[in-house]
Amino acid sequence: MEKIEFKQLGEELYYEKLDNGLDVYCLPKKGFNKTFITFTTKYGSVDNHFVPLGSNEYKIVPDGIAHFLEHKMFEKEDGDVFQQFTKQGASANAFTSFTRTAYLFSSTLNVYENLKTLIDMVQQPYFTEQTVEKEKGIIGQEIQMYNDNPDWRLYFGTIENMYHNHPVKIDIAGTIESIADITSDLLYECYNTFYHPSNMLLFVVGPVDPKEMIDTIRVDQAARPFTDQPEIRRYFDDEPETVAEKEKVLKMNVQTPKCMVGLKGNFVNQKGDKMLKTELSAQLLLDLLFSRSSENYRDLYDEGLIDDSFSYDYTQEESFGFVLVGGDTTEPDKLESKIKEILLKAKTHDNLSESALTRIKKHKIGTFLRALNSPEFIANQFTRYAFNEMDLFRVVPILEEITFDDVKKVATTLIAEERLTVCKVLPKN
Amino acid sequence: MEKIVVNGGLKLHLLKTEKYKTNTIVFKMKTPLTKEDATIRALLPHVLQSGTTTYPSVMELRTYLEELYGAVLYVDLQKKGEYHVISITMELANEKFLKSDEQLLKKGISLLAEILLNPKTVNNDSFDEQIVEKEKRTLKQRIQAVFDDKMRYANLRLVQEMCKNEPYSVPVNGYLEDVDQINAKNLFNYYKKSLAEDELDLFIVGDFDENEVVSLVNDKLQFAERKPKNISKTSERKIEKENVVIEKQDLAQGKLNIGLRTNVSYGDDDYFALQVFNGLFGGFPHSKLFVNVREKASLAYYAASRLESHKGLMMVMTGIETKNFEKALTIIKKQLQAMKNGEFTDAELVQTKAMIQNQMMETLDTSRGYIEVMYHNVISQAKVTEELWKEKINDVKKEDVLKVGEKVQLDTVYFLSGMEA
Repeated sequence: MEKIEFKQLGEELYYEKLDNGLDVYCLPKKGFNKTFITFTTKYGSVDNHFVPLGSNEYKIVPDGIAHFLEHKMFEKEDGDVFQQFTKQGASANAFTSFTRTAYLFSSTLNVYENLKTLIDMVQQPYFTEQTVEKEKGIIGQEIQMYNDNPDWRLYFGTIENMYHNHPVKIDIAGTIESIADITSDLLYECYNTFYHPSNMLLFVVGPVDPKEMIDTIRVDQAARPFTDQPEIRRYFDDEPETVAEKEKVLKMNVQTPKCMVGLKGNFVNQKGDKMLKTELSAQLLLDLLFSRSSENYRDLYDEGLIDDSFSYDYTQEESFGFVLVGGDTTEPDKLESKIKEILLKAKTHDNLSESALTRIKKHKIGTFLRALNSPEFIANQFTRYAFNEMDLFRVVPILEEITFDDVKKVATTLIAEERLTVCKVLPKN
Repeated sequence: MEKIVVNGGLKLHLLKTEKYKTNTIVFKMKTPLTKEDATIRALLPHVLQSGTTTYPSVMELRTYLEELYGAVLYVDLQKKGEYHVISITMELANEKFLKSDEQLLKKGISLLAEILLNPKTVNNDSFDEQIVEKEKRTLKQRIQAVFDDKMRYANLRLVQEMCKNEPYSVPVNGYLEDVDQINAKNLFNYYKKSLAEDELDLFIVGDFDENEVVSLVNDKLQFAERKPKNISKTSERKIEKENVVIEKQDLAQGKLNIGLRTNVSYGDDDYFALQVFNGLFGGFPHSKLFVNVREKASLAYYAASRLESHKGLMMVMTGIETKNFEKALTIIKKQLQAMKNGEFTDAELVQTKAMIQNQMMETLDTSRGYIEVMYHNVISQAKVTEELWKEKINDVKKEDVLKVGEKVQLDTVYFLSGMEA
């Protein structure tokens, strides 16, 4: 067991890589009631083309299967694991993102019992044709719920515009048609390929004794029969840097139009500090351009083009990344051209200010500190960072290191007319 | 333990804890909810956070907040039973975690005072007209946005139908048609009036010197004493006929929302039994609604119930295929009857109580959660401490749940239906 101290933040992190390859982290939080544990596999909706364990050939699986698998992990021969958790006073949940599937619970009592339930659930799959069929109705309604949600449609519509081939453009839950093809055999195939401990990370945060916690997990894992597994082979088609479509309009049952401008990222295959620095620099760039202290925000607001729903974000993963900027607006065409204009101007740095950067960096450090109040944030973000070989606790030092030149460089590389796209949601009538 | 200091018209609640990396400040002002004032009141905090004497624009104010290590400032409005509550929240990094000795909490309290007491005005008898016009536009968009979020819309419509002649039906952001009657002058008059008459509470949670904070607050935030307006408790209602409302829209999924009267509110003796009733009925994944509507019948992704604690309502919500409306409604009614018949095991009762306790402990782990829990006592004029709360939940027996179940009555079924069927 390794101990890593973060003196300035007043935190200590404990780590061990177990013999079966599982990465285990524990961050003790004194004074908290709740313990929060996540068990995450590096397997998400984009991993739809790979060599299944025991096979030699690449295979494409139905859209939405990682998310479907997440639902089915909760069902066992003797019933629903949700019930087991609630019996032990825990709230359990799970989520599937583009690149990860996470299972988690929080509880103030029976932490070790709940931990065992979590590990059993994730490491003992049980799928039958009958339970798979039943789930199709439930997930079908989850898909329909999102279909009626204009913000979700706008978000996915923008991503769809950006990508020619990359599976990030596929909705995480799939479609009612695509999940119809899912079988229990396919679920086992995905499970066996992606749920080996060497592809997973377990994170514990809460009022626990780290040694006792990691010891318990080590003993538990040693007793389970895992054999070494070869490295997972994932396949991604080549993806051009340009966007697939420049514009899309969705007609929906809404009163207020929505507009989202997307900028397709071109920083791919980065990892570690390099990736962290790019991601943070890009986020600082967006803060400079669009935060509520910026002249651009003031102008957009004064012109009546944006309201409280306006937001912006940059995400980067190994094989994709993008900027999204937009929100509700009465004039989607005008907002589109304004946002694009602001971004393109930033490419040549005409609207970037060095003194504002110093202030924005302070803002970002404070925001990070605030996020550390949240066990959920720590566990989820730490895991996302670790899967990209980044270290969550390097955020502050890297932020401090970023210069105005770094931000300008990112702006020059990232922003380009041919990587811009827009999606709009307009009222049907 | 929470410490309360009363100074004139302001009640200061302090909680000292080392749990957080930040200090949280929440200012709340409350008054009875009325149709007449809802819209002007909904606008007020948004205008206050748009400009002060020292920071006369959003840009200047937000620039200053960034200087304070990304201090968070936001305003929001809540309906707490039939009260309309304005909240102004600030969260500031605790300077002990920074390579800086800036006194952030002190600056935060001063900024809150500036926002509340020194807004940007014209001749000290009107707000800035441009700010007010811009915020009126945004308020209109905020009111309209509910229509586009079908889950929120269905809930709003249910409340409108169910509580037609009660103040509770007034939407938290007011009415679109009332926005244009507001101007910089009458809003300023409303501001003066509410600062003079509303019940005011200030919560500060974090790691700080209590005496220093108390004297700073006393110095910066002085309000005259007042007698807060309280509403009388609604008397028990008998429902003669279930109300069914069906509205059609172009949707992929129908939203079924059902309102029940519980005739029990926060602070009542049987409120704890009601919590348990709700937990067993639709509060958790082991509840009757989740198990029967979702897991067994495969009709829905979400199926749950929740309490409107200060109004004595229980709200059921689920999203289903339009053609399954009757089927889902039948199952939900059957589950309600099963609850009233006491068809649950002792093990389920114990499990539910444990889940409720767990939920409360988790809420208390966040500073804003803690503040919301403390504020329940302000609304209900009850004195439920954390310990008493735990004890009372623990004491709930099956017969208590049955007894409170007798008071629960289905009032209105609202279905936002898709076009087919």
